[in-house]
Amino acid sequence: MWLVKIYVTLKKGLLDAQGKATQNALESLGFKEVEEVRMGKYIHIKMKGQDRQAVIQRVEEMGKRLLANPVIEDFTYEVEVLK
Amino acid sequence: MKFGVIQFPGSNCDHDCFYALNDVLKVDVEYIWHKETNIRGYDGIFLPGGFTYGDYLRVGAIARFSPVMSTVIDYAAAGGLVLGICNGFQILTEAGLLPGALMRNNCLHFICKYTYLKVENNQTPFTGSCKSGQVLKIPIAHGDGNYYIDDHGLSLLIKNHQIVLRYCEEDGEVTSKANPNGAIDNIAAICNKEGNVMGMMPHPERCVEDCLGSSDGKYIFHSILDFVKKGKVKL
Repeated sequence: MWLVKIYVTLKKGLLDAQGKATQNALESLGFKEVEEVRMGKYIHIKMKGQDRQAVIQRVEEMGKRLLANPVIEDFTYEVEVLK
Repeated sequence: MKFGVIQFPGSNCDHDCFYALNDVLKVDVEYIWHKETNIRGYDGIFLPGGFTYGDYLRVGAIARFSPVMSTVIDYAAAGGLVLGICNGFQILTEAGLLPGALMRNNCLHFICKYTYLKVENNQTPFTGSCKSGQVLKIPIAHGDGNYYIDDHGLSLLIKNHQIVLRYCEEDGEVTSKANPNGAIDNIAAICNKEGNVMGMMPHPERCVEDCLGSSDGKYIFHSILDFVKKGKVKL
């Protein structure tokens, strides 16, 4: 069994309105050192797979077909063995 | 003449769409459940507004894989008229029937109000009853209406006259102040290159009678009816 951690984020350069609002809130709480806040989604998937390469191939497919919209979003992931 | 209104789990403007077509414009209309895989015999298909699948993952992302959508894609490819309103527009972009994407409003608020829209292209099946440059008063009600497309995509939209409606002032001037949600180039509605598929964030079905504050939504419906009467595409 594998654990896949998928992160979906807005592409660089696109206005992240949620991130901006959160940044403003942090600043108003006194966290003046905050330079940028970008919001995204974290998706946690447990799945079967023959080997790491096979899992990566399936996850790439999931990301492209459903989990991220390539027009506005990028996705990255980490694959771990689940014991 | 017969139209179909698709009902997805979470559609909530389906009845308004049905009412506008059936009760106000007096044409035949049927609901189409999202599990239907045969949509022959319609002169046009409407994807209504709502919050399909609770807007989970992304707006329209899950509805795009409802069984009916592969049939809608075939229907559109064969030249059938497809109009996506609000969430319907979001589903059409997710399905790849229209370019670009709808992001969260730049103000982060859900906005529900009347807007003014400039008809930028009156040569489509959805705007043929409008004058070029006419200003329509039609309400919006959305949290994710911030249309985005990259620079190359935008230049293609402009070149191919695919921008159909832009948010504007009451006098028709397109200004950033009139842009309610941050949509690129004030875009409120686009069509595909062929012109038979349109997506719009404003709700024409919500303003088809004067008692509702505007009846300008009728221009959209009349355009479709006139186009169909001319004997185009029944699939």
